Formats: sequence, structure tokens, C-alpha cells
Amino acid sequence: MTALIFSMKYRPDQRVDMSALVCSHLKDMEPTQIAAIELQSGKRKIRVDELFSISGSDAQNIIIKNSFGKLDFIGKELDGGSITVEGDAGAYLGLGMKSGEIKVTGNVGIFAACEMKKGMITIMGDAGDFLGGALPGNKMGMKGGTVLVKGNVGERAGDHLRRGTILIEGNAGDYCGSRMTAGTIAVMGQTGRFVGYAMRRGTLLLWNQPQLPASFNDCGTHTLAFLPILFASFRKLNSKFAYASAAFNRVQRYGGDMSEMGRGEVLVKKS
Amino acid sequence: MIINGVTIDATFAEAFPMKATRAIITAQNEKWAMISAQAMTGFATSVIACGCEAGIERVLDPSETPDGRPGVSIMIFAMGGKGLAKQLETRAGQCVLTSPTSALFAGIDEGKQIPLGKNLRYFGDGFQISKLIDGKRYWRVPVMDGEFLTEATTGQVDAVGGGNFLVLAESQPQALAACEAAIEEMRKIPNVIMPFPGGVVRSGSKVGSKYKALGASTNDAFCPTLKGMTKTDLSPEIESVMEIVIDGLTKEDIDKAMRVGIQAVCDLGADNGIRRISAGNYGGKLGPFHFHLQEIMA
Repeated sequence: MTALIFSMKYRPDQRVDMSALVCSHLKDMEPTQIAAIELQSGKRKIRVDELFSISGSDAQNIIIKNSFGKLDFIGKELDGGSITVEGDAGAYLGLGMKSGEIKVTGNVGIFAACEMKKGMITIMGDAGDFLGGALPGNKMGMKGGTVLVKGNVGERAGDHLRRGTILIEGNAGDYCGSRMTAGTIAVMGQTGRFVGYAMRRGTLLLWNQPQLPASFNDCGTHTLAFLPILFASFRKLNSKFAYASAAFNRVQRYGGDMSEMGRGEVLVKKS
Repeated sequence: MIINGVTIDATFAEAFPMKATRAIITAQNEKWAMISAQAMTGFATSVIACGCEAGIERVLDPSETPDGRPGVSIMIFAMGGKGLAKQLETRAGQCVLTSPTSALFAGIDEGKQIPLGKNLRYFGDGFQISKLIDGKRYWRVPVMDGEFLTEATTGQVDAVGGGNFLVLAESQPQALAACEAAIEEMRKIPNVIMPFPGGVVRSGSKVGSKYKALGASTNDAFCPTLKGMTKTDLSPEIESVMEIVIDGLTKEDIDKAMRVGIQAVCDLGADNGIRRISAGNYGGKLGPFHFHLQEIMA
């Protein structure tokens, strides 16, 4: 079976809710049924076959071609299977995703991997604010799985992160790891202001010295045994994180945020 | 059956079901991994009084360990899962957590998961950190030399304990030399341990005793000094008998270990004073696993 391909015919002015086009929802549908699904776009509904030309039949392997930044909720609550987005994706990519894989060749909007539970999201471009965060008002962000961003990410990456791993090859904006409860965020590039703001527990693993809030205390330089195991788990990824040269186990450890619970840590690579 | 002048008795060793687990101890170097492993597997020769039987399975190359440091694989066997879990946790806490530079990992992934460092984490007094990596939970416990890294759980599997064979020799030095040769070969077999000191036991037991308080007592039929005083199983030329006890994950693992061990003894042969190989059995009443010596060596 060939992948189920949705090729975008035109770009609507309004944003489009793509949450209906997930593997588990489409798996038992006939092509005519899929074509007849209505997607919310602004105040009107658009049939799938009006927006996309459809080919292929394997609903476990969905490809969205010519995608652009107004396609929201792609892979919402995805539970198995894979979605490949060729182009950009809008907000809430992989919202509440339960398992499976999403790959985006371009950039994604805000709240990508929001409250994700399991699975793998790869973003080849940049990601917007609140990557892996919680929905506004909620207390728990991403609860599991891995997010890999090859570009840069916006502000508040990992806000309220509860579990799971966020890997950022580029730079991270302000408030990276804010209000983290646990989990791991690794940033190879630069980080913005207020790193780890109000973090309770969890690990921020940084390649470059950040500008830390005053409420983080220096715990000294250490060789940590868990780091080789963590880096070994990255080896399967198609990423700079997989390179043997990227791995290290000697770090400067900062504890914080002391204005909160103060059990979090910022580990900065020590050469 | 006679191999190189050594008679293989037409008898069988009798073994019983046990629960087992494996743990991997790593450290800054092999010396300290071994020190920790020796401590963890100390006083664990027999379930009769130690609560478990434990031993070092083998030394691990850094490429074989989860954290890329030198390591040692140890195995623990007990009569039940509850006892095994208690022994594992107590020993891990007192012998590995305390050992400089050590880290502790699961050696068996399958089976029922029992706590390894899951409860030791509380030693961290709230400063402990959990990391879930590739589906495995680790605990980082702050200690005075840095951090103690431990996997939360390890697997408990069904196993077999009490495989054995007896080496009957013309002298004590010859019996010991034969057992040493056997142990050297048996330690190359995976999934087995020989829990007694140096792998060899000189005080094999029989079930029961004239003293009501004792469930086991000396195996007088194989005691050479009692040849004229009891219903002996020894011929006049036998002056010393030693036993090798084997615990393994499966019957097949014990089969292999017994085969290479008995073969090593037989290679020394009658010229070196080895006269017979026998085995401890209790008429089939002790356990369901029977290791027929002649079948193993066929």
C-alpha cells in the first residue's frame, strides 16, 4: 500500500483545523468518505477534496504535501502511524499525541507537541513559542515522548514540561524550560533570558553558558554518570545529537529555581 | 561410563525451581566494580541460612555496560520472589550504594520487574532525580563522592537451583585441583553461578538430621573419614570428596555448565587421582529437575 497523500490545491485565507486527518480516524474509511470529511476553516467548513487532491490508501502513513503555516492541529491525539508534513505546519502540531511519529520538513507554529504523551516529533525547521507546553490554564505540558527541532525555537519552550525530552539543535528563546516539573530539554545553540524560570524539577542541558536568573545557584563542576546513557539514547536519531562528538559528561551544575521548589538543574557543557 | 579413567555414576543431580535476577555493577575501574560485586554477593552461598544464593557471573567489558564503564554481572537466586526482592534491595543498598564510584543497572529486562534502586532513591532525601531514558527509569541519588546512578527495577525470572556434581578423588589436593579446573571452565558459561566459596563446597549435606532442630546435616555417605562407621558410598581409595553446586536461569544452562565442569575434571583423569563423578540426589523427592550425569556426558 502506498502512503495516503493529501496534496494541497490552494491556500485558504483562514486557518484550517486538521485534527480530523489522523491515522486512527481514517484507517477504516473509504476514499470517498475521506474526501467528504469537512475541515473547519474560519467560520466555514471545507471538504477535504476541495482543499486537497487525495492519492494512496495507507492511512497509517499520511503525507501532507504543499503544507503551509495555517494548517493547525495536525496529528492531534495521534495514536500510532506516521504523518509527514512537507512544508510548514500551523499551531498545535501533535497536540496530545499518544504515540506514532510526526515529521515536518519546514517550520511549525506555536504550541507544537503541546501536552504530548508519547511518540516522536521531528521538526526540520523552526518551532514557535510554547513548544511542548501546556494549554493555557493547564498545569502539565508534555508528558512523554521526544521532540527534535533542527532549527530554533521560540519563547517558553518546555513550559510546564512534565516528562519527556525536547532536543533543540538551534537556539531557544526567552524563558526556556519555564515552570518545568520534570523532563529534559537539551539546547545546542544559545538560550535567551530567564532560562529555567520557576522550574521545579527537571534538567536543562546546555552547550553554551546561559544568562541565568539570580535564583539559580552554582553547584560546581561534575562528571555525571547518567549523561553517557542519555546521549546513547540519542544515537538512533537523525540529528547532531546522535554524533559521538556531541556527547559529554562533564558539566557545570546550577540548581534552581530557588524561588520555586529548587530541585531543577541547569547543566552546562564543560570543556 | 568411564572417561579418562574416571567413572561417571549412573545417577542424577536433583534441582529445584527458584526465582532469579541479574544486576550489573559498574565503577570507575574493574577493581572497584569487583569489590562492590564481591560485597553484594557475599554471605550468599546457600538459601539454607543466607536467604539467597548469589555469585559473580562474569566481568564485563566497558562496551557491554550501560554507562560504558568497566562492570561486573552478578546473579541472585532465592526460593521465592518476595525473598529475592528483599535480598536484592538490601544488598544493593548496603553493598553497591555504599561502594565508591559504583552504578547499578538491570541485567534482565524481561519478567516481573522488582525494585533495584526504586526504593534506594529515598536515601537522596528529596534531592534524588529521576530520568526516563529509552523507556527505562533511572534514579540519580546524590552521595558524597558525586552521584549514585541506579536503574529503578530489574527483571525477575524463573530459574533452577541446586544442580550439582561430586568429585571423588584419592586425596584432598587432587580433589581441590580438579574442582578448580572445573570452576575455571564453568565460569565461561553464561547464565549460571556457582555460589559456594570459590565455587566449591566441601560440606555437602543430606536431608534431615538426628537432631530435630536441623533440617540438613553432613552427607555421611560421602564423608571419607566415616567409611567404616556408616553406610558409605565411597570405595577404599577415595580420601576426599568435593561438590560443585550450580544455579542457572534454565535447565539447559546448568546442563552446559555441568558438562564443561565434569569434562575438565575428567581431563585430569585417573592419573591425577580423580576416580569418580557422582551427584547429590534425594530419590527424586527434592525437586523436579533431574540432571543425569551419563546423559549429560553422552
